[in-house]
Amino acid sequence: MLYDLIIAPFADFEFMRRALAGTLALALGAGPIGVFLMLRRMSLVGDAMAHAVLPGAAIGFLISGLNLFAMAAGGLIAGFIVAVAAGLISRATQLKEDASLAAFFIVSLALGVVIVSMKGSNIDLLHFLFGTVLALDNQTLVMIGLNATVTLFGLALIYRPLVLECVDPGFLRSVSRAGGVAHIAFLALLVVNLVSGFHALGTLLAVGIMILPAVTARFWARDITTMIVIAAAAGSFAGVTGLLISYHAGAPSGPAIILVAGAVYALSVLFGRVDGLVWQMFPGRHLEA
Amino acid sequence: MTEQLRFHNLTLGYDRHPAVHHLNGAIASGSLTAVVGPNGAGKSTLFKGVVGVIKPLAGRIELNGVRPQDIAYLPQIADIDRTFPVNVYDMVAMGLWRRKGLFGGIGRKDRDTVEAALAAVGLTGFEQRAIGTLSGGQMQRMLFARLLLQDARVIVLDEPFNAIDAKTSADLLALVRTWHAEQRTVLAALHDLDLVKAHFPDALLLAREPVAWGATATVLTPENILKARHMCEAFDEQAEACAVAA
Repeated sequence: MLYDLIIAPFADFEFMRRALAGTLALALGAGPIGVFLMLRRMSLVGDAMAHAVLPGAAIGFLISGLNLFAMAAGGLIAGFIVAVAAGLISRATQLKEDASLAAFFIVSLALGVVIVSMKGSNIDLLHFLFGTVLALDNQTLVMIGLNATVTLFGLALIYRPLVLECVDPGFLRSVSRAGGVAHIAFLALLVVNLVSGFHALGTLLAVGIMILPAVTARFWARDITTMIVIAAAAGSFAGVTGLLISYHAGAPSGPAIILVAGAVYALSVLFGRVDGLVWQMFPGRHLEA
Repeated sequence: MTEQLRFHNLTLGYDRHPAVHHLNGAIASGSLTAVVGPNGAGKSTLFKGVVGVIKPLAGRIELNGVRPQDIAYLPQIADIDRTFPVNVYDMVAMGLWRRKGLFGGIGRKDRDTVEAALAAVGLTGFEQRAIGTLSGGQMQRMLFARLLLQDARVIVLDEPFNAIDAKTSADLLALVRTWHAEQRTVLAALHDLDLVKAHFPDALLLAREPVAWGATATVLTPENILKARHMCEAFDEQAEACAVAA
């Protein structure tokens, strides 16, 4: 019974095993990135950049069809261009960075949809928008795994300046010049993960596997290290459960994964040990000291 | 007297507007100097310049025998994001940065050093507390523990005793006195003139431009303080380029 429910779908079908491997790798890298996005107050920046990846990937698609490398390279380049351009515009003008990103990403989204529609069918468009987690080929799987590996090693390298730049930027600048480099490296890791997420979950949902586990973790931990672990675990749980639900209920997989992540988040808001709403309603008697 | 710092016609500021204007002079090695002045006088700006966080608009700062990153810096407490989920131990251990850099491991000996620093500021037992749960005084004690770990020849303190109770001020002041006894060069921005007169041999009275600088008793005279108070605070949007040769 339990076997049929949980193990059989993965044991019986190769595409489910691939989807499982892909989502787990994705969740491991994206969760920690999401935690930093949240703590750096960049959640919306992540969303904006996810959409910005689309026209680049679409141009890759236009040039060479459903070719992994062309699409990934296009996505990477477009992501970087938007990240840098939005930063430059906010520095050079009165516009705040979030506003200029909002302007950029909505244009990118429209542009991407137009480009994809020029060459592809509506099915292609659907894949671009919502991903193809059930149809990951070997190349894509390797790329997602590689991206997750690069992400975890990269974060380990820039961990100290990244944390310190959030808590105490003045102190960081007084001991080290690494703050700026770490920020750029972090943006690079963000784009890399968005390209992974784009293939599995599509441009509209890619950011979900980053942000939802991260905001979930905020309700269970007071310490960033624990938070990162919880985020990766919550993302993995959402991946496995979402795939199973989509298998048994015939729901589309990407949205199912994100919905599970969303449900976990909602439960955490209510019952999370750190500032969860239910705990706030029943705080218990105050302590003696 | 050997000089630790020398300011050469130093102008620091933001968007070309000077916050510290044409400062000349030297800080002796091993001296304990209070930097005094009204809000907006340029105290914080001067310190940011000394630790290399901002670049001079004109002139320069000569650091004799130290690099900017070798100066221990206590930023104003308002610059710290206290909602960030990091615990006291990790925050204090950041003081080991100069020795550990980006990747250096924290070994058994380092852990003892961190514990000793926490004990010196009276925060033993607070290791795992999130920084958001600390009181203002505990927060400042934690930052002093980090300064202890930095073990720097030059220490720059931006308003270390602001909004701190008498007991905490006294404890932290004792650490400052120890640093002075150890021949470290200490600069502190302060508002409590009685405290300055009682404990700081030297003082620099700043109101964008230096008003007086030297032995505390000769600097903190009523006339000088009045003069400092009258110097304007606001930037003049119509200001012309400064005519004094750089």
